[in-house]
Amino acid sequence: MWLKPTTTEKIAFAFLTIAITTVVAFVFLILYYITANGIGAISIDFLTNVPLKRMTEGGIYPAIIGTLLLITGSMVVALPLGILAAIYLNEYAREGKLTWTIQMAISNLAGTPSVVFGLFGLALFVKYMGFGPSILSASLTLALLVLPIIIRASEEALATVPKGFREASLALGVTKWQTIRKVVLPIALPGIVTGAIISVGRVAGETAPILLTGAAFFLPRLPDSVSDQFMALPYHLFVLATSGTNIAKTRPIQYGTALVLLLIVLGLNLIAVAIRRHYRKKMKW
Amino acid sequence: MTVKFEEGIETEIEVRDLNLWYSDNHALKNISIEIPEKCITAFIGPSGCGKSTFIRCLNRMNDLITNCRTEGKVLVKGENIYEKEVDVVNLRKRVGMVFQKPNPFPMSIYENIAYGPRIHGERNKKKLDQIVEETLRSAALWDEVSDRLNSPALDLSGGQQQRLCIARTLAVKPEIILLDEPCSALDPISTSKIEDLMMKLKNNYTIVIVTHNMQQAARVSDYTAYFLLGELIEFGTARQIFEMPREKSTEDYITGRFG
Amino acid sequence: MRMDGKFKEHAIETVLLSTSAVTVVILFLICIFLFGEGAALFNEISFFDFLSGKFWYPTSEPPQFGLLPLFLGTLIVTVGAICISVPLGVASAIFISEIASAKVAGMLKPFIEILAGVPSVVYGFFGLVVIIPNLQKLLNLPTGQTALAGSIMLGIMALPTIISISEDAISAVPSFIKEGSLALGATRWQTIHRVTVPAALSGISAAVMLGIGRAIGETMTVMMVTGNTAIIPGFPDGFLAPVRTMTATIALEMGEVPQGSDHYHALFVIGAMLFVITLLINLIAESIKRRYMFKVGS
Ligand SMILES: Nc1ncnc2c1ncn2[C@@H]1O[C@H](COP(=O)(O)OP(=O)(O)OP(=O)(O)O)[C@@H](O)[C@H]1O
Ligand SMILES: [Mg+2]
Repeated sequence: MWLKPTTTEKIAFAFLTIAITTVVAFVFLILYYITANGIGAISIDFLTNVPLKRMTEGGIYPAIIGTLLLITGSMVVALPLGILAAIYLNEYAREGKLTWTIQMAISNLAGTPSVVFGLFGLALFVKYMGFGPSILSASLTLALLVLPIIIRASEEALATVPKGFREASLALGVTKWQTIRKVVLPIALPGIVTGAIISVGRVAGETAPILLTGAAFFLPRLPDSVSDQFMALPYHLFVLATSGTNIAKTRPIQYGTALVLLLIVLGLNLIAVAIRRHYRKKMKW
Repeated sequence: MTVKFEEGIETEIEVRDLNLWYSDNHALKNISIEIPEKCITAFIGPSGCGKSTFIRCLNRMNDLITNCRTEGKVLVKGENIYEKEVDVVNLRKRVGMVFQKPNPFPMSIYENIAYGPRIHGERNKKKLDQIVEETLRSAALWDEVSDRLNSPALDLSGGQQQRLCIARTLAVKPEIILLDEPCSALDPISTSKIEDLMMKLKNNYTIVIVTHNMQQAARVSDYTAYFLLGELIEFGTARQIFEMPREKSTEDYITGRFG
Repeated sequence: MRMDGKFKEHAIETVLLSTSAVTVVILFLICIFLFGEGAALFNEISFFDFLSGKFWYPTSEPPQFGLLPLFLGTLIVTVGAICISVPLGVASAIFISEIASAKVAGMLKPFIEILAGVPSVVYGFFGLVVIIPNLQKLLNLPTGQTALAGSIMLGIMALPTIISISEDAISAVPSFIKEGSLALGATRWQTIHRVTVPAALSGISAAVMLGIGRAIGETMTVMMVTGNTAIIPGFPDGFLAPVRTMTATIALEMGEVPQGSDHYHALFVIGAMLFVITLLINLIAESIKRRYMFKVGS
């Protein structure tokens, strides 16, 4: 009636293997599917032309530029803010109510759905502050969205810097802030950069927040100021796939857009992984 | 290395030409030794000489280390445990092990003891209760914990945790008990309790202990083996090793002149 | 005048503190703006009517704002997602930390990172072009845009959260505890499911909570694959019918509503509810995680 423990073990391990294989297979499936179908659509023209004929032909140039602008805009705000916050939390904060509150705020922000950030951006930036639906509003919204990611990654990077380095520097009579700038930050930099790159990927892929704060359905030109509306890759893909003029006919363009988006995001992640591996090998103490 | 055991004492474990490598590190070199039944055999030697590595060979705990390779024979009751068809799980049931750092499971005291019998198929609650009480008694822990069997084992003191681990090992009814520096994390009182316990247990079990504590080895062991740099230098009765060591390096070590 | 060094250090600390306090301010502002923009709705209908309303017809005359179909839509999709991602995710985490060699584990982890990196709109697109037509064919449905399609996609998207956090928790169980079990003659599997996993249970539960949070908050993917019909889903047959989630409703309708209308406020109320739900889930996950893992007891 009871199976032998070693038999049970074999069965259990078989199930675990099936589970992980399913997960890995799915990753391959999605990568393969998008790549195989999208590669044909990508060309120089596709990347450098504006959409034509009610988005049934032409390229995705404005969407690529829009996404790059969003990345720049959001990083300008989120990076300094996030890194400074992480420095405070790792180097200065003492355990207590205040620190606890900040930590809880960060983890709750990290868990807040992106569509909620979108609503918030709509209410605060678009309406209340009067920025209107614009690159500015969308960038600020995305900045808030990735702030917790940047803080967490930077904090982690700072935490791996051995205590001895700080003590050695402080013992030389160097002030705390100088120690952080000259000793701690350089060592933590790869980790911080990794976090930043991952959050760039996140910005590039987010749709719901920009949908509410300024992404344009169709705008076959580049935005002329930060308060202009814009196209962006993820939203463009969404539009083409769900409400385009001729959804079936434009499939190749959709695959192409999806592939470009995927390449940008996964490329960024790959760079992040490479940096992490490189420095993990180099720095062993 | 063989030693003439006292009248009527048989060999429990026989090791023949055992070699072990961690990657390229030749950690055990040509070890041959016979370990007597129902006695306490102590392994001593400077840090890093391979005592832990060797004791872990006796129940094949080294199998868990990925880059570890073993050659040679270890015969437990005449059967080579490094044969392919040997059931390692069953071997570890017969050869129990207590570790340097007390490692109770994050469960209640009761569950810790019942764990072994349960995984080996005992499901009768009455029987389990009985095993728990018996083994806690033989580990001299019953009086201290009988009123809180359901509280977490991690709330016990270090010494109590270690005795719990010994009790946990006893509960699967092993023939041999391996102890790797069981007292090194304990205070003198807990240490002497465990020593008393070992003296009591040797009537029914073959005990092998690794220790850094010379007095402890001299006090409790019947036979003592001295290791140095992966080699077995000398093996004999505890009295012989501590009173008239044959090898110079053994003498240096036990008199603390080792350097 | 030179700044006194001590004063300068102090000033720096204050500046740094204020940057990290920004996070608290943001959270606070999110509450104010969401609740502020939503509150006006309750001049028109009662909170209770909103919560228990069975119909979401925001543009009919008179409009009806009933949360129930949307809430249940989110619920059914999330439940389905959890049924898929918890077993798959926890099993994968066990495999990576307890069975795979260091080398294999190192090869597997990037896959989990890829899974986490793929944008939700790409998942949605993949669901749209691959999962939906196949579901329709396979189950012989009038449409493949169903709650089930949403559950499958969300189940996959919650995997990285569940796998990576569970894996951390499982690997954090000290190896000497596992050795203790193996030395008693337990098999590796017995050790895993009787010692290691129970010891990591608080971390695993936190992982599951965060996975649920991720599934509830996901917008684009569900919007692209669930058909978005705002009717109360049946159970379990609702899995094979279209549904509309709370998140999808916001994203779908916000573009068309006149600012300041009841409908506009209603969408903010949905956002506020989502915010509160995910906040609660996070707080629960945090409190589980904080409990010392070895105090699990039996
Ligand atoms: N898991 C391992 N992987 C690689 N090398 C190991 C491993 N464990 C031990 N070694 C090496 O094997 C040799 C013997 O180590 P072992 O732990 O057996 O010594 P020991 O006599 O028990 O020392 P101590 O008294 O400090 O416990 C050492 O050189 C050690 O570095
Ligand atoms: Mg040792």
